[in-house]
Amino acid sequence: MVSGTAQLLVCRGLTRQFGGVVALSGLDLELRRGELLGLIGPNGSGKTTFFNVLTGLFPPTRGEIVFDGAPLAGARPQEIHRAGITRTFQRSRLCLDLSIFDNLAIGAHQRLDHRMVFNVLRRHDLAREADATAAAATELLEIFDPPLARRLFEPMTGVAMIDRRRVEICRALMSRPRLLLLDEPSAGMTGEETTRLMDDLLEVRRRFGDLTIVLIEHEMSVIQRVTERCVVLNYGKKLCEGTFAEVSADPEVRRAYLGLA
Amino acid sequence: MRTASAGTRAISALALAAVAGLLLYGFLATESEKTVGLILLAAVVAVAGGLRSGVLPRLVHAAGAGPVLGALGLSMLALIITFHDDPFVLLLMARALLVLVACLGLHVQLADAGVPNFAGAAFFGVGGYTAAVLGRSDLPHLLILLASGAVAAAVGSLLLLPLLRTRGHYAALITIAFGLLFRTFLEVNDTLGGPQGLKLGGLRILGWSFNDDRQLLGMDFSGYAFYCLAAVVLALFAVALVRRVERSWIGVALDAVRLDETAAACFGISIGRWKIAAFTLGNALIGVAGGLSAMMVGFIAPNNFTFQESLVLVSILLLGGLGNLAGLAVAALLVIWLPEKLQPIQEFRYLLFSVLVVLVLVLRPAGLVRRTARRPFGSVAW
Repeated sequence: MVSGTAQLLVCRGLTRQFGGVVALSGLDLELRRGELLGLIGPNGSGKTTFFNVLTGLFPPTRGEIVFDGAPLAGARPQEIHRAGITRTFQRSRLCLDLSIFDNLAIGAHQRLDHRMVFNVLRRHDLAREADATAAAATELLEIFDPPLARRLFEPMTGVAMIDRRRVEICRALMSRPRLLLLDEPSAGMTGEETTRLMDDLLEVRRRFGDLTIVLIEHEMSVIQRVTERCVVLNYGKKLCEGTFAEVSADPEVRRAYLGLA
Repeated sequence: MRTASAGTRAISALALAAVAGLLLYGFLATESEKTVGLILLAAVVAVAGGLRSGVLPRLVHAAGAGPVLGALGLSMLALIITFHDDPFVLLLMARALLVLVACLGLHVQLADAGVPNFAGAAFFGVGGYTAAVLGRSDLPHLLILLASGAVAAAVGSLLLLPLLRTRGHYAALITIAFGLLFRTFLEVNDTLGGPQGLKLGGLRILGWSFNDDRQLLGMDFSGYAFYCLAAVVLALFAVALVRRVERSWIGVALDAVRLDETAAACFGISIGRWKIAAFTLGNALIGVAGGLSAMMVGFIAPNNFTFQESLVLVSILLLGGLGNLAGLAVAALLVIWLPEKLQPIQEFRYLLFSVLVVLVLVLRPAGLVRRTARRPFGSVAW
């Protein structure tokens, strides 16, 4: 993807109010193509709200979002997804009643043929599309965990927590996004599991070179290890940005976030 | 998925259909409530044993859905021939099958897309009244049946706006209000016969009048036999359609809409589009069933389409196990047939019936048969 500027996403003065609460306050943020940005900040600093505004779940009260040259503020979640932005959720939102494959097929929704005639009458063509989708799903799951890929048609309910996180990231990747938003994928995991998940994430980056990722994360060691650049939020505002070394040396960040004087 | 040989598939399907047919025969043929009880017990033992031992799922799997449906159709045909001159039994069979078709419509709405519809009887009625009004014209009757479905779907579209803005109990309330409104509308509308309702001529296809008794193969067939046959064809079509919809990308999208609207929206799935599709398809099925039912009975009135009737349809869904087609079919047969079969014990029959329903739901809170995961619909074994 070589179109346009070096920035994939530009947010200007992005604001979201809930009644009197300003969850996001005049945020300016730019994303470079292909980078992995860490988004950090204390609880309630507006990280998840930023994702929710960006994916259209809450329209911004004020401000603009420009994604690859096109304005996106106020667009519906479906349009934003079609533009190439996809996400995971802090609390897993997989459909537990469905199989791993079904969940991944939900991720691939916009590439699949949903016409009634195709689905009901052209069953051979449908089967071929299902095979191709299953092959793509297997390929993605194998990046994370080959044994998991062999359980493609098992229900989600029997899948362990760490594997659910992996499936959720794969579901997002199934749509072949250009911007992937990961909302605290390591929540509730042991240190060892987190390390493995981040290894997988780095592998995903190697395979999808032009994929841009924003990662919300509380674990500083993770941020230090996988991100090139981070943005620190506090009270819905950008406190500072830079490499992890720069950011963690900033006295204001240390005061607000790390609890140090 | 390993594919069994054609012979194995046919034998498995026929074996299943034979057992089902025998149980149905016994149930329909008997006059004594004791025998009804024994047959129910035998059915429970057969199904529970078949499930426990794994024979039943293996047979179904070996046969495949298509052959099982075909074989069930054959056993229904055998039942029609067996009871060829018994209008009571034939009417009972046809009614259960048409109610099944209506419930399949509700199933697409509630079990697939998560859109509640407590006005099932009203849409059944829309189909019936459409057939009654159009029946006065010279339109071919197959076209009239299609029109019954189309009009039911169109009338349903009146509810789309409020239905898309609400969910859960609130959406249910809208459909309840519509059902009550529909009945009142019929009662004050003189062109539609008011409270007295309308009479219909029977179904006639290519000059064949379904109302007339006929001699075939040396047997005197009651006219209801032909209606029953039409109901079998419609039910098989509806089951095949709903199954295919569920085992396709459409089914996946409907599941996503039902289970998590927020996540579905974030993956580009249009919530409105799929709710509309499911609601419309469901009402169309209900409408066609209503049209055929009205032609068979020959008379419709507002009293046939009450809120209680709608509740019966929804309760069949819940009793069968929301999301399971086999359970749905069994529940439809039980709910329609059992009260009729228990007639000898008069006023106690609804008591006994209600106790049975409560017992089933106490013992199996998720309904008779659980929802099963969608089987892969690709061509390759995974």
